[in-house]
Amino acid sequence: MGSLRPRLIRGLRPAVLPLLMLALLEAWARTTGRDSDAVAAPTLALRAWFTALADGTLLSATAFTLLSAALGLALGAAAGVLLGTWLGLSRRAANAAFLSVELLRPVPSVALIPLAMLMFGFGLRLEVSVVAFATFWPLLVLSQAAARQVEPRLLEVALALQMTPARRFMHIVLPAMLPRLFVALRLGVAIALVVAVTVEIAANPMGVGYALMIAQQTLDPALMLAWLFWIGAVGYAVNALALALQRQVARRMGEPAP
Amino acid sequence: MNSLDKSFNVRDSIASLGVLAALLALWWAASHGAWVSRVFLPTPDATVASLQEGLASGDLAAQTLATLQRMLLGWGLASLLGVLLGAAIGSSPRLRAWVGPTLEFVRPLPASAVMPLAISIWGLSGGMVLAVVAFGAMWPVLLATVHGFAAVHAGHREVARALQLSDAAFVFKIGLPNALPDILGGLRLGLTVSLIVSVVGEMIASQSGLGQAILLAARSFRASELFAGIVLLGGIGFTSNGLLALAERRLLKWQQP
Repeated sequence: MGSLRPRLIRGLRPAVLPLLMLALLEAWARTTGRDSDAVAAPTLALRAWFTALADGTLLSATAFTLLSAALGLALGAAAGVLLGTWLGLSRRAANAAFLSVELLRPVPSVALIPLAMLMFGFGLRLEVSVVAFATFWPLLVLSQAAARQVEPRLLEVALALQMTPARRFMHIVLPAMLPRLFVALRLGVAIALVVAVTVEIAANPMGVGYALMIAQQTLDPALMLAWLFWIGAVGYAVNALALALQRQVARRMGEPAP
Repeated sequence: MNSLDKSFNVRDSIASLGVLAALLALWWAASHGAWVSRVFLPTPDATVASLQEGLASGDLAAQTLATLQRMLLGWGLASLLGVLLGAAIGSSPRLRAWVGPTLEFVRPLPASAVMPLAISIWGLSGGMVLAVVAFGAMWPVLLATVHGFAAVHAGHREVARALQLSDAAFVFKIGLPNALPDILGGLRLGLTVSLIVSVVGEMIASQSGLGQAILLAARSFRASELFAGIVLLGGIGFTSNGLLALAERRLLKWQQP
């Protein structure tokens, strides 16, 4: 039990480096870098953030990005988990699919942005489709590994009870895979958010990524920094939530979190 | 992977080729039968023709080389910086306590989100793209190296102290071998990131490369050229990943039972 002061110092320690960097940036931007088109003082960025919050652009752009990431993840995860479970349970199916999966998986998701643009034009569907493709492969691979580790005796029970494949999946396989699936899902959340922002920066004229691009192109460094910090904060919060959810599930299912 | 290898026999490889052939046949039928509009699904033969034509004329080959060079250079820089910084931070508990939380905070930031900032500092140049590629690919390497160095067994630390190893000797004889599996994992993730960021950078900053090529092909509705570019990018991803996996298996041979 340390006294109050060392504990206080330890608690504040993580904030020291970021605060120091912000202070340096502030000092630079208010002196030598005053006329910079590239970088603005953090206090000005904070003001720009409040302006964006007040006029509603902040919330609407964030909502669009989160919605596309969530929809894309839902599609990619549903397809990935279904196919992955099948490949995990059937060695023959896994071996047959092996070559195709290994050839298609390394295609970088951003390579599909132009194709999705051709198919869907700009908008929600462009972003959702690319996010779904990007999240499909890791969820396929991880749920395949999860299904392979389902206790064989459970599967024998299902066979003995003459369950239909659908019931077997819902009542035996899925619950047994659940803790590992949430680990995969947490990874999927991180990928979905990164890919959604990337699609907006590269092509789609919507969401937080586009707002960031526009702030740069209109030479508004304060607003650009505001969006950049905001994207970082949203990413951190969403990832922390996903991690908390995964740990909660792991605890409920009686397995120690990895 | 390993459990797959053991049970992989001739029948399985025929089945594996069969599934791939079936997928290609489906593509062929869907495009030739016009189930899906030709505007975005070219026939496989047209894709192969575009691929041959582009490679023969040298355009596509030059773009592939440009993307490959950008990716490898950025990845190399990222790996060097990531391992050096990671080793420094990971082997000092004090530094870790001060810097670690900040690193964790920046980790989920998409590398491409830094690109607008980089553009406003350096302009639309190849150097700017390279810097962002290196920055983005550095995080996985850096964090993995920090983790690997931080996870050195307490017993090994005691041995190092008992032998009075210098800091440098500790890093090379104990820290680095201990962190190698983590570092290799980080390098692999970093390679994937560097390909993605290279492509995005070429799209945004109009730098010559496959990213720009496929964007221009899509804008002018040349679907077969678009697919040729996607095939080449997939090939780059497949080959680089495969080579690194091979290197990983060889370097970690001492670890396997």
